[in-house]
Amino acid sequence: MQAAATKEAELIRRIVAGEKELFHELIRPYERMVYLTVLSIVKNETDAEDAAQEAVINAYRHLDSFRAESKFSTWLTTIAINEGRKRLRKAKSAAEESLEEAAEEKEGDYTPAPLTDWREIPLEALERRELREALRRAVASLPEIYKQVFTLRDLENLNTEETAEALGLTAGVVKVRLHRARILLQKQLVPFLKTAAPARKGLFRRAL
Amino acid sequence: MKLNCKHVWEHISEFIDGSVDAQLRAEIERHLEHCEICSAILDSTRNILILTADDRTFELPVGFSERLHERLKKEIEGSEPELKKK
Repeated sequence: MQAAATKEAELIRRIVAGEKELFHELIRPYERMVYLTVLSIVKNETDAEDAAQEAVINAYRHLDSFRAESKFSTWLTTIAINEGRKRLRKAKSAAEESLEEAAEEKEGDYTPAPLTDWREIPLEALERRELREALRRAVASLPEIYKQVFTLRDLENLNTEETAEALGLTAGVVKVRLHRARILLQKQLVPFLKTAAPARKGLFRRAL
Repeated sequence: MKLNCKHVWEHISEFIDGSVDAQLRAEIERHLEHCEICSAILDSTRNILILTADDRTFELPVGFSERLHERLKKEIEGSEPELKKK
């Protein structure tokens, strides 16, 4: 991990010093991260690809303003978020936006779906397209404020502090939103996953 | 303090992340030992997180990387004189 970070810092130094084509190498491990970040903000895949490209170009243009106190991944995520938001503002009216801002205050039902006979869905099941689609649909259906935190924390593996920094939130707010996002997903997906993996007779877990 | 199911649900996300303190963790674990509902909720939530985080769930669009690097190549070639000014 440390070695990778040192190598990355060295890459950045060389790019800023003039070996600009090395930026291709620097950005390659983060392509997916940038794409998922903007996808959590904009409405469709075409917009997400455009915004992801813009974000990467912006990162390239402003690499000399990157300061090593921040992790490169967090810095890049912030740029991707800004690009996604810019694209979203173009696409929708201010009225819609203020409605969504108000959504957080609203009391919602964040209790999970109760169940007893849960059977694990093995990762091989992801070869089935309908399962992947159900998972994507469930994430896409999350309210935006939850979807963004969920994407950064659980899809991109940023930690709480990095997520808070990238989204301009406190760590406490990140934790609450992540909790709600996970519960909403559990509630929405459990009925689907239970039919995706029918329980075997006689298999009823008594304890962990 | 004896935890009920609702308390456990409130902490489920932090429990998964391992960020609850030792005492609360022990209480939740004790509750899970005898509560099928909470055990199943915890297992299903964990499972959903593993499934959504898998690379196959959110795939990049076909050709995404090629198009990105093509655009970047143009930018790098085009911006050379501008960067040199600095």
